Amino acid sequence: MSDTTQAQGDLLNVVTAEHVSPGRILTGRVLVWGVAAVMALLALVQLLYEAERISFGFANWRPVLIAFVAWGVALGIDQVLRRGEKGKRALFILPAVIFVVSMVIFPMLFGLSIAFTDWNLSSLTGRRFNGFDNFRQMMADPFYWNALRNMVLYVAAVSVEYAIAFGLALLLNAQIRARKFFRVVFLLPLMLSPVAVSWMIGKSMMEARFGPLASLARALGWDNPSFFSSPEIARLTIMMMDAWTFIPFMMIMLLAGLQALDKEVQEAARVDGANPWQAFWQVTFPLMLPVSITAIVIRIIFKLKLADIIINVTAGGPGGATDSVTSFIFREYRDRSNVGYGTLLAMVYLILIIIFITGLLSVVNRFVRRTN
Amino acid sequence: MTAQAEQIFVDSEIDLAYRAKWFTKRFLIYGALIFWAIVCLFPIYWTITTSFKIAPDVMQGRLIPWVDYQPQWRGWRSLGLSPETIFGVSTVREEFLKRFMNSVITSFSASTLAVALGSLAAYGLSRFSYRFGFMKNADISFFFLSQLILPPVVLALPFLVLYKQLDLLDSRIGLILLYTLTVLPIVIWIMRDQFSAIPVELEEAALVDGLSIWGAFVQIVLPIALPGMVAAFILSLVLTWNEYFFAALLTSTDAKTIPVMVASQTGSQGINWWSMAALSWAAILPLLIIAIFLERYIIKGMAAGAVK
Repeated sequence: MSDTTQAQGDLLNVVTAEHVSPGRILTGRVLVWGVAAVMALLALVQLLYEAERISFGFANWRPVLIAFVAWGVALGIDQVLRRGEKGKRALFILPAVIFVVSMVIFPMLFGLSIAFTDWNLSSLTGRRFNGFDNFRQMMADPFYWNALRNMVLYVAAVSVEYAIAFGLALLLNAQIRARKFFRVVFLLPLMLSPVAVSWMIGKSMMEARFGPLASLARALGWDNPSFFSSPEIARLTIMMMDAWTFIPFMMIMLLAGLQALDKEVQEAARVDGANPWQAFWQVTFPLMLPVSITAIVIRIIFKLKLADIIINVTAGGPGGATDSVTSFIFREYRDRSNVGYGTLLAMVYLILIIIFITGLLSVVNRFVRRTN
Repeated sequence: MTAQAEQIFVDSEIDLAYRAKWFTKRFLIYGALIFWAIVCLFPIYWTITTSFKIAPDVMQGRLIPWVDYQPQWRGWRSLGLSPETIFGVSTVREEFLKRFMNSVITSFSASTLAVALGSLAAYGLSRFSYRFGFMKNADISFFFLSQLILPPVVLALPFLVLYKQLDLLDSRIGLILLYTLTVLPIVIWIMRDQFSAIPVELEEAALVDGLSIWGAFVQIVLPIALPGMVAAFILSLVLTWNEYFFAALLTSTDAKTIPVMVASQTGSQGINWWSMAALSWAAILPLLIIAIFLERYIIKGMAAGAVK
């Protein structure tokens, strides 16, 4: 971060005549490198202690962590000391950058280093590098591919959620009474924790004997309602429960988009003799396209993290039919303590997600540019 | 003259047809609204009524308290929260309150930290141009926002091992740090919108009046951006309160949060419906209250970025 140079073109431009003395620069440098040296020393001591080369050390790595935090603070002070006014501007962004880099990049590198080992927390041998064995195991693991296929289906379900959410947004945007009441009520499912929803809907309302949804299904002519026995129905049920909690999210974004629309355009369409159906498909819907795309992309990103409901309602069953990648890896760790293999699966999943989202965004951008 | 005036107010065939159409349309709109309201509310209603049921009421599928069945405090008694047990000693209640406080502390601290870090970063990005190696402002923004696509499962196992080394496993600090990380992109997303809506001229005037950049930020910009910060805070609160995945992996006894407690109860098969319903209800109640009273902030937060 030390080479953060102020580029031209600040929105908020300040001219300061400030002289930074050589003493200040020196103090800043000494501070940063001094703390870094202390941190390195602590890490070295701990490393040697754990390798049983020396007899003294700490119970854990926490002193190193504290030294790291101190180093971050020193970096901030150094910015102000050496670069004056420009350093104070860097202070706005520095904490967040240090935080994210240390919380993401470092664990990811660490994760890569364990992804290629046969580390199993319950085995006694500890971690050993095993090259591409995990990768080969993954290629032959039908359950992982099954989970990936399920993710495709789950993501495809977003289209149905979008249609429902758009319908609800249109309803809330119509001339209705008690709009605020309906808006609050429609928002409520989003507030509920997926774990609570798992019990409330998945385990009690869908309970085959006394659950109200089972009774309703019986009344509608489904003789022996069971929501989780056949793979297709179980997957559909999970999709519906997830949709129930997340439809409000898309609905609110679409509603905000609808309310920001220029009323005059719709008015003009009506005057020109368009019926409501035409007015929607030829005026409202194209105008809503950018908002729709934002809502769908964000929803897909959340969908790719789907796990809580599956873990708590079906635990992936029957036979892995409802597994998402996240819930599958969760069980891989919970039931088999397979840290090395699980991490590799997660890393592969991340790469697939990045490819998918990048592709999606580029397709979407091209599509938007063509329609405009 | 009068004859003409009367004629004006006569409903013609077309007008009547129009009114009939109008009523059908109203009927359909309200029908759909009420149907979806029931879809949203019934599970919540079902949970609270079930928490006052006893075994026969559950098995016979009774729905309406006082009409179908007599409400009992059974479920709440098992949590130690019914009128006759509330002042007594109850280990279950102790346990529940401990989990509840864990949830409160982790979600509030993580949201506060995320809003603080995120607001500063978003303000810096909206006002100054930075360069960090090859990365310029747009790249730094993208770097922050791209954290949103990072699935929790990628970080979970490395953090499990790292936290073990750092003695942060099963600690609230460990959870707070991770939760801050997960909501930070959302906070930056919302706050960037907020700050770019504030005219720069305000700060320029403040700088002319002798305030420093940080002075102008704290005294002029923050008060204006406060509603946006509240929106970001509440949205973070909702997400962190409900978080289950990290909590399930990284906590075991001390730092367990409410969702983990609920999940561990559902796991056992012979659990009483009424205690489970009471527990679920207690877990969702704080957010229901927030949704009802702070709805406009939640909507403001989610609408940010949807509309330019």
